[in-house]
Amino acid sequence: MVLSEKASRPPWRVEAELAGADKLRPAEYDGALARTLDEVIGWCRQNALWPVTMGLACCAIEMMATAAARYDLARFGAEVFRASPRQADLLIVAGWVSKKMAPVVRRVYDQMTEPKWVIAMGACASCGGMHNIYSVLQGVDQIVPVDVYVPGCPPRPEALLYGLLKLQRKIEHSRQAWR
Amino acid sequence: MRLPAPELKAAVRRTLRAIDPTLILAEEISADEVMFTVDKRGIVAALRALAAEPALSLNMLSTITAIDHLLLARRPRFDVVYQLYSLEHGHRLRLKAPVEADEPAIDSVCELWSGANFMEREVYDMFGIEFPGHPNLERILMPENWQGHPLRKDFPIGGSPSFYYKHATGEYTGEPDDLVPRIRVQEGDI
Repeated sequence: MVLSEKASRPPWRVEAELAGADKLRPAEYDGALARTLDEVIGWCRQNALWPVTMGLACCAIEMMATAAARYDLARFGAEVFRASPRQADLLIVAGWVSKKMAPVVRRVYDQMTEPKWVIAMGACASCGGMHNIYSVLQGVDQIVPVDVYVPGCPPRPEALLYGLLKLQRKIEHSRQAWR
Repeated sequence: MRLPAPELKAAVRRTLRAIDPTLILAEEISADEVMFTVDKRGIVAALRALAAEPALSLNMLSTITAIDHLLLARRPRFDVVYQLYSLEHGHRLRLKAPVEADEPAIDSVCELWSGANFMEREVYDMFGIEFPGHPNLERILMPENWQGHPLRKDFPIGGSPSFYYKHATGEYTGEPDDLVPRIRVQEGDI
């Protein structure tokens, strides 16, 4: 993120709308403690998003490149890709999901513990991509709820990082279910 | 000793005629590649003889695949294609066996090559051609409960409907305006 973009940020309500936050924090809130807790927990969750490995196709290569040294994903909190979904909170679906693989992706998503988010990386995960065919699911949002779509074929590492940052803005402005 | 195409064709013809004179349906050399069309009833004997013949020694099965001639309106509808390679000499051969459309079946060659197991499963999955004698004929690429055989020409491509702009009516409907007909249905074409 460029410094100038942070310097001229719009008020949080507008930015939250733009980030697609599902539940905005209302101005009339139930106390300053709740607001502060939401901010603190939101900050913690957004800066420690551990992805689960769901590199299905070519986008996995770009995801690996994003996690490698040059475009480091760990400096934004995605420290380590957990192989077990129980220990992860972010599902980056990288690559097309065939209809044979769809129940497996859904099972991995179900095994992740709350709170969890999904990034659909690439054209194939977003909408089926160039594979408009009988065997490919036309978008992974047919089986899991997606928070951020990252277009590209494959998206450049900077694009995936931008998607991750957008997800972090979304988490920052969401109500955290800590009750 | 790698035989050039005409010698290879002659050697293969000699070998196949020794098994059964009516086995060969057609033979062809195209782009330096030798291709024989054989009757499907003698396919196992033909492959065994071609592998055993010392001058040919076509002992490696590269792949098994099939062709659907539905749009050419050719009967029999399917062709099962065997690509053979010789590890000693280095020459290659293509064998085609026509298979008719109703109850398509051809003998399995798994007893000659274990690698034919997965290849025949793929042909079964994609075309619906059965291989009696196969130890485990199941779908290999599509899910187990899939209906239909995707590489047949009458299987729909699937996916979501396309939206292309039509200049005449100004609306977004199916295929693009200038789509060239991809498939020619004339006899003797291609």
